[in-house]
Amino acid sequence: MGDAVILVAGFGGQGILFAGKFLVYAGMLQGKHVSWLPSYGPEMRGGTANCSVIISDRPIGSPIAETPNILVVMNTPSLDAFEKSCVSGGRIFVDSSLIERKIVRDDVTGFYIPATRLADEDKLKGLANMIMVGKIIRETGICDSDEMEAALNKIVPERKKNMLEANLRAINLGYISA
Amino acid sequence: MERVLMKGNEAIAEAAIMAGCRHFFGYPITPQTEVAAYMSKRLPKLGGVYLQAESEVASINMVLGASAAGVRAMTSSSSPGISLMSEGISYMAGCDLPAVIVNIQRGGPGLGGIQPSQADYFQATRSVGHGDFHVIALSPNCVQEMSDLTQSAFDLADIYRCPVMILGDGILGQMMEPVELRRIPERELPAKDWITSGTAGKRGHNIVNSLILKPEALEQSNFDRFDRYKLIEESEALCEEYMTDDADIVLAAYGAASRISKNAVLAARARGIKAGLLRPLTLWPFPKKNFAAAAAYAQAFISVEMSMGQMIEDVKLATECKKPVALCARTGGMVHSPDEILAKIISVNGGNYN
Repeated sequence: MGDAVILVAGFGGQGILFAGKFLVYAGMLQGKHVSWLPSYGPEMRGGTANCSVIISDRPIGSPIAETPNILVVMNTPSLDAFEKSCVSGGRIFVDSSLIERKIVRDDVTGFYIPATRLADEDKLKGLANMIMVGKIIRETGICDSDEMEAALNKIVPERKKNMLEANLRAINLGYISA
Repeated sequence: MERVLMKGNEAIAEAAIMAGCRHFFGYPITPQTEVAAYMSKRLPKLGGVYLQAESEVASINMVLGASAAGVRAMTSSSSPGISLMSEGISYMAGCDLPAVIVNIQRGGPGLGGIQPSQADYFQATRSVGHGDFHVIALSPNCVQEMSDLTQSAFDLADIYRCPVMILGDGILGQMMEPVELRRIPERELPAKDWITSGTAGKRGHNIVNSLILKPEALEQSNFDRFDRYKLIEESEALCEEYMTDDADIVLAAYGAASRISKNAVLAARARGIKAGLLRPLTLWPFPKKNFAAAAAYAQAFISVEMSMGQMIEDVKLATECKKPVALCARTGGMVHSPDEILAKIISVNGGNYN
């Protein structure tokens, strides 16, 4: 695939930055040029959070995903704010358990994953972000299963290694979701 | 060597440790706090000193003291915090003390905001404080350079006995990129025979002081310092040339703005406009030679800055106003889009320099 220009957006606490970290590690482990830029500031505590991830074959200029070709939204304000910024032909991944409306645009492809509900049902509370990631992997082929595991190993801190299995389960759940 | 993903702020801190810095004094402020946080975790384990002072004023004076005692010392802050440090930085310049000072800029003036900015260019390149003096101002534009240039900063500080500033911005501080934590070979450093580390009864006292009441002597100390500045200007200026070989329109940008400018240069080239970019890695000394040479072939310059236009003055000075210099400015924490810069390139290419 060509450059992946990814914007992940939602509330603080949903693991938006963590999902971005996973994607950027997956890209780096493939030897690509990558960058990860969080929104930072007071709004991160319970307010909106988003992060830009760019994965490219060439050195990266701007690290800001101004016009993403992969948009991941985990709350309605984020879809409202960023739907129009997605490039034509881009893909929008929507957590449909938190966002009631559909995508308005007809020149992009929408994927609706009830990630938060799936996470609650499978005792994976707090891992809706990784369910979304699983769906992204399925639809974009952004990494293979070895790279996925390697990236997870990089971002799950040593003292939380018991979370590895839950993260893998979440990704798998997203991967197989319709 | 393995590359790891790190925030720019963390890379600065790790690089300082690699360069032998074991003394850090600071006060938290967004968007640079990760520098201090990283140091607070690492330095105590290395037998170093991490000290969160009661203010920026205290921090910079602790750096002054540590430097006078001969160790590699550092502080970091963001725009308003640097203003508070300005007196201490001037004292360090007057005492000819080396130190590394990091400014991860945010929007201003005043308390301003916390989003990225480049509005402290004048402060960094003209004079951070009162009196006739300069600091060397280095401008990284990626996490790798945050690591490499921080190490260079310690060498430059020791060689020229002056404070060196790393001038970053919120984007560079907060973004993660792969970085190779390589040790930059240390340059040949002069002996620190001036430090106040105790005489052991074997030599006279060294005195570190910036109070010189005799005007003749004070003038001479300034002359001596400016001899060193001349040497710095002659030998330490650094500039990246990006697609300038055949460029008609030459952009000038540093830090985060230079990254976005590269997107715009490529977009302009795709439309058949020969654009290029000059990116100073040293803001002081400004890479005058690169700009003077470009004035011979370029039709016009565009200074792309996250400020109301500060570096543009250096571009005009270095090119002796031989060609028009347009300004493409965002400020207050707002960042250019590549399209905005492209629109400016198209406009300037059409002969509109406003």
